[in-house]
Amino acid sequence: MSVLQSVALLLVAGVATSVVLTRDPLRQAMVASIYGLVLGILFFVLQAPDVALSQTAVGAVALPLMILLALAKIRSDE
Amino acid sequence: MSASTRRTVFLIAGAGLLALLLYSYAGLPDFGHYRGPYGDILNRVSIPERQATAVVSAVNFDYRAIDTLGEEFILLAAVVGVATLLRRLGGEHEEEPDDETTGRHVPSASVATGVAGLGVVGPTVLIGLYVVVHGHQTPGGGFQGGVILATALLLVYLADHYSTLRRVGPMWLNELAEGLGGAGLTLIGISGLVFGGAFFENVLPLGSMGKLLSAGTIPLASCAVGLAVSGGFALMVSEFLQQTLVVRSDKGSQQK
Repeated sequence: MSVLQSVALLLVAGVATSVVLTRDPLRQAMVASIYGLVLGILFFVLQAPDVALSQTAVGAVALPLMILLALAKIRSDE
Repeated sequence: MSASTRRTVFLIAGAGLLALLLYSYAGLPDFGHYRGPYGDILNRVSIPERQATAVVSAVNFDYRAIDTLGEEFILLAAVVGVATLLRRLGGEHEEEPDDETTGRHVPSASVATGVAGLGVVGPTVLIGLYVVVHGHQTPGGGFQGGVILATALLLVYLADHYSTLRRVGPMWLNELAEGLGGAGLTLIGISGLVFGGAFFENVLPLGSMGKLLSAGTIPLASCAVGLAVSGGFALMVSEFLQQTLVVRSDKGSQQK
């Protein structure tokens, strides 16, 4: 395992833990977006560029977006 | 269930899960040591057999294209589910989009956000199209490119207004893209059955490796998936935005 791969693995573990430890859903959506990006980087350094592209697009953009919009809807109803 | 019972159940289940995990990790091949034969075989045959340098796409859109068709219809079902759940219900009405209502101060996107956002819409569309049409040559393909294309539509909203988004990507266009993409992929599969001998048989001329028009039906299937995915994701984002910004409960607005 190269240094780059170890660093990416540690980053994923660290950011994943912060996703779990973030309690406010709004902040969590942002941290989850960073997590999607970091996981994409891990897939990339593990030489899986196809999965990295999917992961970055879905995990860093689409998923946090759905959470954000759902939160916005809940708040507008309150 | 009391707290201590819950903890006991968790500890027992957690210990079992940990034991199973450790047991299965012990049986994994070493890091970087791929064991199965299929990956090696496909790496060897994808260029001589299909003139495709992106082996993952050769698997997705040719060797195991039937799986992609299944996934395509999972996405379709998910999009239909979202559209059904987020429809305007009885007792709800549509208002002017929140960000355009007169008499209420909602900060609009700053000029910097607008310029930067609209500035990257073009490059994003270009990258998305590139990723879709080069599916058989470089990493990526219909799914990845389709999601990138859908984010371009989102950028339009972030940089400008909801009404602009609806003008640039109206619902009927998203639905049309999703439907045409799904139908196109199915037709590519059926054409293999008609002109060849099997569902999704690669019946088009393969051309030569490295050319944009090569690898037979692989780039076509990639484009069909790209169309379906961009339409599906754009539709989901539009439905969510509509529900968030426009649809209001009748009861809620009377109280305002």
